[in-house]
Amino acid sequence: MAKQKPRTVPLQVSTEESYSYNRHVLEYIHQAAERGLYDIRGLGAKRKMPTFDDLVFLTASLSRYPLEGYREKCVTKTVLGTRFAKKPIELKIPIMVAGMSFGALSGRAKEAIGRAATALGTSTTTGDGGMTAEERESSKTLIYQCLPSRYGFNPDDLRKADAIEVVIGQGAKPGGGGMLLGQKISARVARMRTLPEGIDQRSACRHPDWTGPDDLTIKINELREITGWRVPIFIKFGATRVKNDVKLAVKAGADVIVIDGMQGGTAATQQVFIEHAGIPTIAAVRQAVDALEEMDMVGKVQLIISGGIRTGADVAKAIALGADAVAIGQGVLMALGCNGSYALDGKKHRDVTKDYLALGVRPGTCHHCHTGKCPVGVTTQNDDLALRLDPAEGAHRLKNYFNVLSMELATLARACGKSNVHHMEPEDLVALTVEAAAMARVPLAGTNWIPGLGGK
Amino acid sequence: MASLTRSREKQQQVVRLDQEKLSVREINEYLHHRVRDGARVEIANPDGQHNLAVGLDADIDVDILGHAGYYIAGMNKRARVTIHGSVGWSVGENIMSGSVRVKGNASECAAASGHGGLVVVEGDASSRCGISMKGVDIVVGGSVGHVSAFMAQAGTLVVCGDAGPALGDSLYEAVIYVRGKVHSLGADAREEALGKTDHAKLTDLLGKAGIDLNPKDFKRIASARKLYHWNSDHQDDY
Repeated sequence: MAKQKPRTVPLQVSTEESYSYNRHVLEYIHQAAERGLYDIRGLGAKRKMPTFDDLVFLTASLSRYPLEGYREKCVTKTVLGTRFAKKPIELKIPIMVAGMSFGALSGRAKEAIGRAATALGTSTTTGDGGMTAEERESSKTLIYQCLPSRYGFNPDDLRKADAIEVVIGQGAKPGGGGMLLGQKISARVARMRTLPEGIDQRSACRHPDWTGPDDLTIKINELREITGWRVPIFIKFGATRVKNDVKLAVKAGADVIVIDGMQGGTAATQQVFIEHAGIPTIAAVRQAVDALEEMDMVGKVQLIISGGIRTGADVAKAIALGADAVAIGQGVLMALGCNGSYALDGKKHRDVTKDYLALGVRPGTCHHCHTGKCPVGVTTQNDDLALRLDPAEGAHRLKNYFNVLSMELATLARACGKSNVHHMEPEDLVALTVEAAAMARVPLAGTNWIPGLGGK
Repeated sequence: MASLTRSREKQQQVVRLDQEKLSVREINEYLHHRVRDGARVEIANPDGQHNLAVGLDADIDVDILGHAGYYIAGMNKRARVTIHGSVGWSVGENIMSGSVRVKGNASECAAASGHGGLVVVEGDASSRCGISMKGVDIVVGGSVGHVSAFMAQAGTLVVCGDAGPALGDSLYEAVIYVRGKVHSLGADAREEALGKTDHAKLTDLLGKAGIDLNPKDFKRIASARKLYHWNSDHQDDY
C-alpha cells in the first residue's frame, strides 16, 4: 500500500461550531466591539426554559367524572379585589390584557385593545405614560397603573379608573425602569410625559415617594383615601423572590397581586435583562400560591399571573396551579399582527415583509418594538405606520383570539370534571420534565415523585 | 358629623374637624364631598396622622394645626393647604395645582412628582425634595438633602439654604436655584449664569413664599442635556 502524504488542506470546510462561542455569542461579541452599546429590544425572553408546555392535564376517565364538553355550562366569571374595595372588578373571563402604554403602542392599537376587551367583558390596563381619553372611552374596565416614573399620573384619571395597579416591576426587567427611545417620543407622547420631544426616555426604577414595604402600606392607603376606598388596588412585580414579595405585598394591603414571570414582554429594555433576570412563570405561580396559603389569604387576595401566557392550555394550567386570572401582553400584540407578514389595515392586507427586512429581521423573528418602526403599525408612534392597523379589524382579531383561549380553557376544565374554571387544582396536572415537576410542584408524569418533596 | 364646630372668622366660615374625634377617612370624606368652594377648614390634633387632606379638588383653605405624617395634601388640586407644624415623607406628592405650605420642616420626597401648583417648606426639606417633579414650583426656606430634584422634568426648585450631595441628578428641563452651598451636583447638572428671566422667576416665587431675599444671591442649576440621548460616551456619568 502506497504511503499517504500528510494532508495540509482539509477535505471540506469545517462545520465544527463551538458550543461556548457559537454564532450567537460571536455575533454578540462582534456587535458589542463594533458599536460599544448593549442591545436593546422588545418582547420577552427567547431562551429555552421550563414552561406550561411541560405540564399536562390528568383529565377525567373512570376515577373522575367529566362534564359534557359541548352542552354543560362551565363558569368563567372572575371577581378581583374582594379584600378591601367597595367595587371589586367583575370579568366574564379570567383573561386580561396586560399593561401596555400609549407610547409603546400606537393610539389605534390601544383603541383596538379597548374595544375587544369591552366586547369580551374583560379589562385593559394603561402603561407608563398615563391614560388617554380614547382608551378610557373604549374600555369598560380600565386598570390605571401607578409607576415609578409617574408620567401623566393625575388624580382625575385616578378617580376614573376601575382599579389601580402599583407597578413595582415587570418580568422582562424586574428591578429596572421603563425605556422609550427617542423615535417614539412624538409630540403627543412628550406632552403626556412632560419630556422634551425625541429624547431617549429612561424611566426611574424606584417610586419617587416611597421606598420599602412599610411606606408602600401608607402609599396604598393614600390611593384608597383619594378614591374613597372604591376600587381595588393591585400590586405588580416581576418574578424574582416571589414568596417574600407576595407576603410583603399582602402585608402592605394589596387587594390583588400580579406576578409577571421572566417570559413577560416589554417594548424596550436591555437584552441582558430580558434573558438573564427573573424566574420562569411556572415557578412563580407556585411560589405565589404557597405564600398566599401560608398567610391564609387564598380567595381573599386574588392572584394574576402573566409572562408567556399564549394558549388556552397555558391559561388553564396557570389557573389550575392557583392563579385567579392571567394577563396577556405579547399574545395580544401578535393577534394584532405582530410578526405577521401582512398589515391588518382593514383593506388590502399588503405584504410588509420588506419593512421587516429593512429592520434586519423577518416576520417571525422581529423584536424591534423599541425602534418605533413596527412594520404592522402596532408598536409605533409614526402616523403612517399606525394606519397599517385598523382598530376595528384589530379588535375583531383580538376578540377571536381571547374567545379561543376561553373556549380551550373551558374545554380542559370540563374534561377535568369542573363546572367552574376556578375549581381546577394542581392535582389535575402532572409534569413531563423533572425541572417542571420541581418548579410547579406537581408529580412527574407516571410517578408520584415531586422533586424536593419525595414520593415514588 | 356631630363633632364639627363652626365659628365666624373674617366673614369666612371656619369648619373645625378634630382628628381625635374623626378618623382620617371621615376627614377626607368631608373634604372631598361636603365643602363648598371658598370654605375654610381646620384640622385639629393631626397627631402625626398620614394621608390627611389628600386628593382635594376644591377652591378651599385647609389648615392642619400641628405635626402630620406622610403624603399630606397628596395629589392636591386647587386647595390651599397649610400645615402648622412639620410633616413626614412626600408632602404634596403629585400636586397638580393650588398650594401646600409647611410651616415647619418636611421629611423626604417633598413635592415628589408634582405636576403644578406651589409647595413651600418654610423650614428644611430632607433628601429627594422635588424628585421627579413635572411642573410644580417648590420654595424651601432652609436646606434640602441629598439627590434633590432627581430626574426633575419641569418646574422650579428654590433652595434658600444649602443643598446636599448629587443635586439635580439626571435633570431634564426643571431649573434649580440655590442661595447657599451646594455640596455637589449630580450627573448632567451644571451651574449656569443667572439671566433676566431667572430674576423675574425668583422674585415671583420668593414673593409668593413670603421670603425676603435678593434674587441676585442665588445660583442657577440646570441640565447640561448630555444624557438626553443614550450612548456609551457618557457611561461614567451614570
